[in-house]
This record gives sequence, structure tokens and C-alpha cells, in this order.
Amino acid sequence: MRRAHAFLVAWAAVVTLPLLWAVVSSLKTDREILTSPWSLPSTPHFDNWSRAWNQAEIGRYFGNSALVVGCALLLTMLFGATTAYALARYPFRGNRLLYFGFVAGMLFPVFLALVPLFFVVKQLGLLGTYPGLILVYTAYALPFTIFFLHAFFRTLPTALAEAAFLDGCSHWGVFFRVMLPLARPGLVTVAIFNFLGLWNQYLLPLVLNPDPDRYVLAQGLAALSVSQGYRSDWSGLFAGLTIAMLPVLAAYVIFQRQIRSGLTAGAVR
Amino acid sequence: MTQDRHGRYRFLAGAILPALALYAVFVLSPYAQAFYLSLTDWTGVSGQVNFVGLDNFTRLFGDPLFLAALRNNGLMLLVVPVVTIALGLLLAVLVTFGGRRGSAIRGASTYQTAYFFPQLLSLPIIALLWQFVYHPNDGLLNGLLRGIGLDGLARTWLGDPHLALWAVMAVLVWSSVGFYMVLFAAAMGSIPAELIEAATLDGAGRLTTLWRIVLPLLRDTVQVAFVYLGVLALDGFAVVQVMTVGPGGPDNATEVMGLGLYRNAFTFSKFGYAAAMGVTLFFLTLTLAVLAMRAGRRERVELA
Repeated sequence: MRRAHAFLVAWAAVVTLPLLWAVVSSLKTDREILTSPWSLPSTPHFDNWSRAWNQAEIGRYFGNSALVVGCALLLTMLFGATTAYALARYPFRGNRLLYFGFVAGMLFPVFLALVPLFFVVKQLGLLGTYPGLILVYTAYALPFTIFFLHAFFRTLPTALAEAAFLDGCSHWGVFFRVMLPLARPGLVTVAIFNFLGLWNQYLLPLVLNPDPDRYVLAQGLAALSVSQGYRSDWSGLFAGLTIAMLPVLAAYVIFQRQIRSGLTAGAVR
Repeated sequence: MTQDRHGRYRFLAGAILPALALYAVFVLSPYAQAFYLSLTDWTGVSGQVNFVGLDNFTRLFGDPLFLAALRNNGLMLLVVPVVTIALGLLLAVLVTFGGRRGSAIRGASTYQTAYFFPQLLSLPIIALLWQFVYHPNDGLLNGLLRGIGLDGLARTWLGDPHLALWAVMAVLVWSSVGFYMVLFAAAMGSIPAELIEAATLDGAGRLTTLWRIVLPLLRDTVQVAFVYLGVLALDGFAVVQVMTVGPGGPDNATEVMGLGLYRNAFTFSKFGYAAAMGVTLFFLTLTLAVLAMRAGRRERVELA
């Protein structure tokens, strides 16, 4: 038992030390980082954070990420939920084909689509625009969303929906007033999953979003680390890293049960 | 009745068509076009597309950079899933059965919370963090080694061609172990306690119980983990692109297929050639998934 704890604590240290090191270093001066890497900062330098946020434009990247991910998440949930519901509850010719067509999207590596996708987006005049990124994010998030919610809508009882139909409710009425509220737990799980997936996107923005003014957070931070002016600005880069990790950490602290069960359930099914 | 039928079709159209349109334009059509493009010499100039058959693929297997990438991804495929799954299983066993008389250990959920967090960070951010950790002079790793008197072990982790790929693999393992540990722990938690008690009553020791009862029941989960981690190992783009020198260096020691694809397409405008790399990557992924699923199909154990 002792040995079990020792090993578990050791791995916990391996996981948390680099993260803690980054957070603590983000509050030090560059000099302190180099001369006394192990000590706490003499005074916490939050000016690193404001420098990263304003001058290094982390704030702008943060806003871009929030805008793109927010809109994409909304579209994904709306289109994904209506499609999953229609496919789960309405038998019609071609239903299975459509379902498998959507779900097949989870099997292909994005690298396969990358080159043609670049030209599709370019020809539509959407290269380097927010709507372009939002629509592409949505399209690539749909397969998992439909897969997950399809299974969820199938498990919901039919009696309530039938009663609503008898009361003269329309198809849309039943969907929005009866089925969506019932599906809330499933919607929350898949929304968290999509938020994390979209917030962490890197390859798609790297290719489809070349305008530095519209960089998303991970993209902007990676670009910053190789740029001349910031290469050696460790405290600023650590501050940027910390700012990038904080919203994810916050979401994790609030929703950790749903996140863990949702993500692992997605892998098993 | 006809009224209702019209309403039904209008509803179905309204519910499905927006998603279908986006999916067809941005996902299906690019996937389909990729196969065609891989058979051409297209360089991005409209109207100038020549069909070259399998030329791109023949050239691919004579391209030293692509062969280096294939070798590196191959090594990652051998190392990353096995190490991650082994560590994940070990941690899951310790957390689930490491307590008194084979019960869950104290603080089990705290451990899981901490281990899981890296899974939530994006790979470029993780890569950036580790670039600092690996820094030869002021990095955390060499600092720690010097701090405990092991100066001799300090290295230029990302600058040494013999170490750089291992440094990349370590980052991939570091970021994934927590997720698989939680996955395995959840699967172990769903094994009925009577099963384990019965084995103990029959005189089975802890290790025997683990080996004969617990691990066989986790077969399906481990198999899924292999596929996911295999896909991760065939990629590696974000970590390599952000963290390594070059990127892909030193001496192509960390070159991966995704990086070659990205470079050929968006630096050299060799779009046909890059598409051929994408198609190759696709078939490798498919082969991996089919092999992993077949390997696990034999003697399946089901819990009633």
C-alpha cells in the first residue's frame, strides 16, 4: 500500500510539476526565471500577464478563439441535435444510409481532407475569415455530435412526444418543447466535449486562417514562440501559456465529473 | 393526413439539410477529391492538372524525407501505445485495487483528477510547455537533474538526433496516460466485486486475480485504446511542428508524415504529391484499425 501511494504520488508530480512551473514562472521576472528557477517570485509580477494580454495580443487571440468556438459550438449543437433527432425518431427511406454517412466522418484522418479542403474554402471566398473557420469547425464536429445524440434520443421514452402530438403540437414544437429538455444531460456532455475539441483545434486554423489578426489562441501562441521579439521573453510566454490554460482548467473544475465520464464514454462506444 | 405528411417531410428537410449541406461541402467532398488529387501533378494553378497515375506514390517511396517520416511514425506506433497503456493500466490498478484488502485506494478520485488534466490541453500548448521543460540551460528537466546531483544526465534533449524523437514520444505519453488511466479505472470499477472475492476465496493471490480475472475483462477497452493511440502515433504533427528544431529536426530525426504533407502542400505547393501522402496516411490508419479490431476478436470475454 505504501508503495502504491509512492508510485501514484510520483506520477502526480510528473504531471503537475511542469504545469505548476509554468504558472509560477509566469509571475516572475525573466531574471528570476534564469537565476533562481526554483524559488517563488519575490513579488508576483502580474504585469507579465497584462503584457502578454495586450502587447503580445494574447487578448486578441483569446477573443478570436471565444468568438469562433462559441459560434461553431452553437451551430454544431443546433444542427447536430436536429439531425440526430430526425434520424433517431423518424423512419424513412435512406435513414440508415444518412446516419452511417455522417458517422463515417469519424473514421477518416483530417490530413486526408486537408489539401482539397483548403481549396474548397478558398473558392468559397472564406479563407482567413471567421465564417469560414466557424463553418468548417461545425462540419468536422457534426459526426461525433450526431453519433452521440442519436444514441441518446433513442433511449428517451416515446410516450411524452406522442401525447404532445395528440395535443396538436407541431413536429418542431415537440422537438423544442418536449425532446430537447429531456435530452439535456446528453446535450451538456456533448457540448463540453465539443467545446474542448474546438478550443484545442490547431491544424485547421493553421491551414485555413493565415491572417495574424484572426489567429486563434493555440495558433497565436505557437507563432509567438518562434517570433523574433518574443523568443526570449520567457515570462511573457509563460504568462500566455497560463492564460491559455486557465479557461480549460476552470471548465474542468466545474464540470469534471461530466468531462471525465463523457470523454471516456465517447471512447468506449 | 396529407397535411400531416407534408409537415413531416418539411420538418425532416429542415432538421437534416443544414447539417447535410455543411458536411457534404466541407467533409465529404474534400475526402473524395483527395483520392483524385493524389493521382495528379497539380500545383495549384487552375486548369493545369495532369493525370499521372500512381507516379506520386512511386516517388513517395523513393523520397528520403518521407521514408524518414515513415520510420519515425513507425517507431512512435511501436512505443507510444504500449508505454501509455502499460502505465495507464498500472496506475488504474493501483488506484482501483491498491487500497486495504484490494479496495480502492484513499484519495483515488484526487489522483484521477490530477492525472486527467493534460488531456484537456491542446497539443501545441503542451508542446510549447515542454519546449521550456527540455531547454538545455534553463529548462525544468535539466534543472531538476542538476538539482539532485545528476549533472551527467543533463542533455540537449531536442538538439540531439538520438534523443529528440524520444523526447517527442515522452510528451505524447505524458499527455495521454491520464485519459487512459481514467478509462481503465472506469472499466475496472464495473467488474462485479463478487467475481474478485470468489477468486480470492479460491486462493488466488493478488497478482493471479489481476492477471486471470481483471485484465481479460479489460480486453475490449484496451483494444479501443490501441486504435486511438495508434492514430495519435501516426500523427504527432502538432507536437513536432511546435516543439522540435527545424521543425522535424535535428537531421530529420523527428520528421513525421503530417509535417511532410503540410510542407509539401503549403510551402512547396505540390498539392498532388501532398494529397498522395494524405491517402497513404489514410490507408495506414485504416490498416491499423482493422488489425487491432481483428486481433481482439478472438476469445472475447463477456460479463453477464
